[in-house]
Amino acid sequence: MREPSKALEPLSVVSEWSEWEDHKSNQSDLLNYSNLVLVQFRTGQTTQFGYLGGAFDVESLVENLLRQLAGNQDIMVNVYDVTNISEPLIMYGPQNPDGFMPLSHVSMLDFGDPFRKHQMVCRYSQKPPIPLSAITTPSGVFVICMLAGYILYAAWTRYDNVREDCRKMEELKVQAEAADVAKSQFLATVSHEIRTPMNGVLGMLDMLLDTDLNLTQKDYAQTAQICGKALIALINEVLDRAKIEAGKLEIEAVPFELRSILDDVLSLFSSKSREKGIELAVFVSHKVPEIVTGDPGRFRQIITNLVGNSVKFTEHGHIFVQVHLIENSNKVMDAKVDTDLNGCLSDMMVPSDGTFNTLSGLEAADRRNSWENFKLLLSDEMPQSDKCKSGMPCSKDSSNVTLMVSVEDTGIGIPLQAQDRVFTPFMQADSSTSRNYGGTGIGLSISKCLVELMGGQINFISRPNVGSTFTFTAVFQRCKKIAGGDPKRTLSESLPTKGMKALLVDARPVRSAVTRYHLQRLGITVEVASTIKMTLNALSEQNGCLRSGKHPYILLIEKDSWTPGMDVYLHDQLLEWKQCGQIPEVPKVILLVTSESDKAKVGSFVDTVIMKPLRASTVAACLQHALGMGKQGRKEMPNGPAFLHSLLAGKNILVVDDNKVNLRVAAGALKKYGAKVECAESGKDALSLLQLPHKFDACFMDVQMPEMDGFEATRQIRLMESKANEQNKCGEADEGSERAEWHLPILAMTADVIQATYEECMKCGMDDYVSKPFEEQQLYQAVARFLLSKPNSDL
Amino acid sequence: MAPTALQEKLNGLVNSMFAEGLLDEQFQQLQMLQDGSNPGFVAEVVTLFCEDSERILAELTKLMDQAVVDYSKVDAYVHQLKGSSSSVGAQNVKLACIQFRQFCEDNNKEGCMRALNVVKHEYYHLRSKFETMLHLENRIQAYETKQQS
Repeated sequence: MREPSKALEPLSVVSEWSEWEDHKSNQSDLLNYSNLVLVQFRTGQTTQFGYLGGAFDVESLVENLLRQLAGNQDIMVNVYDVTNISEPLIMYGPQNPDGFMPLSHVSMLDFGDPFRKHQMVCRYSQKPPIPLSAITTPSGVFVICMLAGYILYAAWTRYDNVREDCRKMEELKVQAEAADVAKSQFLATVSHEIRTPMNGVLGMLDMLLDTDLNLTQKDYAQTAQICGKALIALINEVLDRAKIEAGKLEIEAVPFELRSILDDVLSLFSSKSREKGIELAVFVSHKVPEIVTGDPGRFRQIITNLVGNSVKFTEHGHIFVQVHLIENSNKVMDAKVDTDLNGCLSDMMVPSDGTFNTLSGLEAADRRNSWENFKLLLSDEMPQSDKCKSGMPCSKDSSNVTLMVSVEDTGIGIPLQAQDRVFTPFMQADSSTSRNYGGTGIGLSISKCLVELMGGQINFISRPNVGSTFTFTAVFQRCKKIAGGDPKRTLSESLPTKGMKALLVDARPVRSAVTRYHLQRLGITVEVASTIKMTLNALSEQNGCLRSGKHPYILLIEKDSWTPGMDVYLHDQLLEWKQCGQIPEVPKVILLVTSESDKAKVGSFVDTVIMKPLRASTVAACLQHALGMGKQGRKEMPNGPAFLHSLLAGKNILVVDDNKVNLRVAAGALKKYGAKVECAESGKDALSLLQLPHKFDACFMDVQMPEMDGFEATRQIRLMESKANEQNKCGEADEGSERAEWHLPILAMTADVIQATYEECMKCGMDDYVSKPFEEQQLYQAVARFLLSKPNSDL
Repeated sequence: MAPTALQEKLNGLVNSMFAEGLLDEQFQQLQMLQDGSNPGFVAEVVTLFCEDSERILAELTKLMDQAVVDYSKVDAYVHQLKGSSSSVGAQNVKLACIQFRQFCEDNNKEGCMRALNVVKHEYYHLRSKFETMLHLENRIQAYETKQQS
């Protein structure tokens, strides 16, 4: 409660209006307050309760009240009598209303007088200051709202943008994919289109090479053929790639023989590896079944690609291909773990003699393929090998067989930074690779896709300048043995080398294991020794076995173990032993060499030389040759005399030559092959003998004869034939005994085999020529061409 | 003489002919053509060869004696002789013929005369050997037929 002004001294407070009313008398209009707080005043003289007659200062009262009510600001009040609205009478308040008029509050007052109206106008006496808080708060709130609104707006916009971007990306992605597919299709179509004429070119080149060419021409044609084949291979790779991308590559499932596929790949690369002096070897473990079901072409493609890469990038050392059954590889993993547990030191140790226990003695990239692990694998197989040879291993009962193939080489390796990109298509280690080594970089990506299609994985370990080892797994199905027996059944059964014993001298265990594998495929049991001295000891000790065994002994010696004077020493030693009866006969000595140059350095006491890489068939052939079993195999060779015999047997042949001696000799030669020969001594005689119809199947015509030479005679014969053919065509064509066309194969016999003669021969209608005197091979080729295609109508 | 000794003598003769270069592989081919079905093949061919060669040599001598030599005819005959000698495997004769033809092409009369003499010389040398050979063969054959009968 504020203190009133000093002029008045409140005495007490009368709280009720009702009390005031009671004390009211005829007063002039007074303000009507609802809860009036009446203050009893003391005047100077008397203190009386009740109404003091004097007019007290209502204005001050009001002001005090207002002050109390107003708070911070002074309020001014005016009361008007607005009975007459246009003329408000001021009842209370300053005469000149001032104060802050714009902000005024008008309220009606009711004093209870029905005839008069009053209103009260309250206003601030001063213009209220701009309330700072009243501004800042709303503006703050406003700002906050704006910000919030902005955030929401921004969020929404962003969301919209992102969605828009996403949509655009989707579109672009679809476009990109479509473009990719289109590219593949385009590539495939174009490649296919290119392939057709390319095949035509290659076909023509083949035919060209079959004709007679001189050396330069042959060289050019062969080069063109090589280039054409390379181009076709490239196109096929690209087509493969397109097929894979389109998801259309299918893996076949046919039974095939694993080992023969590897032999094929070996033979493909054998000449190249020999040239470079690299040792190429293949080892297939015994546990791998003979025949499996899968896709042989694709499998071969993968191995060809890997071995091809190895051959390309290796300058020295070895390339070693191993095929194992996957259950063994777990043991390899364990073995690796063991060596790792022993500490890395054991891996880092270089063997004392400087060579590593690998195929060629050079270090290989993958420690897992070290000799220790290989030995583990081999020793694992040994006791079971007898069981395995006869049929399926009994332990496996699932029908899937997983193989692990690894190709190890000692080449230049792959640089570390390029190692992640190795399987990306068209990626080569660096830009100079294509220039230096050739290739496009597509092979490995195709191999990877193929491996994955076969349900396997491909991986590699590579150390620069040491080498690389690529490993992949593939899943095949077991194949039940075909009831009729595989015609290409194990070589050991068909060859006479079955049951032979051999001694192998090789200082490197890995290599000797490989050689042993190949020999065992032929049915030869092998014992290994590291040096020649040890072999000789073994030979001398094993007299008992040798005497009892009937089969000849073979000594196979690796080129590395061969020292220059060795052949003489060996030969002498062996002869000595034979003479004193220690060995029944001198074993054949066979040398195994890697390259052509080594072949020449061989001494004279070596019976034969086998070139690496070893393949079962080449080994068999060499052994047969060395052991003098060649004659048995001859009949199978298509170029042998027996074949010629079968070609010519019973055929009627006319020989025309003016020289009696030549005639006699030629007739004799042909008769040897079983042909029925008639002789004519001049062109005229020949013509008379060849009057149609005649029974001759072929005619050998001497070119240079007096009176009518071979060309003229042939021309006449062709003339006769064409006349007869025309008559046949015009006449009855449905007589069964008539031949469709008369064309006697006429072969010229000539001493000079020059181009001009050949052209002349062809011009007058001859079919081919042979040289005089007969050379078997040429005769066979010439005769085969005509007699094989002729129908046997008159035999 | 015992047939084995005869056979050995025959073999020795033939081998010496090979060694001297009188005969080459073609003769071996001829020998291979002779078998049970064709017993006298070599003898037949050799006899034919000798007859034919003598005929040709006579003709050649006649031609070369003429004042103006008809080289084309000479060439034709020499060609024939060359052909037959190569069929038989008479190496030296064949080589001599080749040389003869060369001189013919050059129209070198003196060279031709000399070549002709060489050919004759070679031929007669060969012929005498052939005669011995055939003689031995006949004796072996006679002995064998005597054995069989």
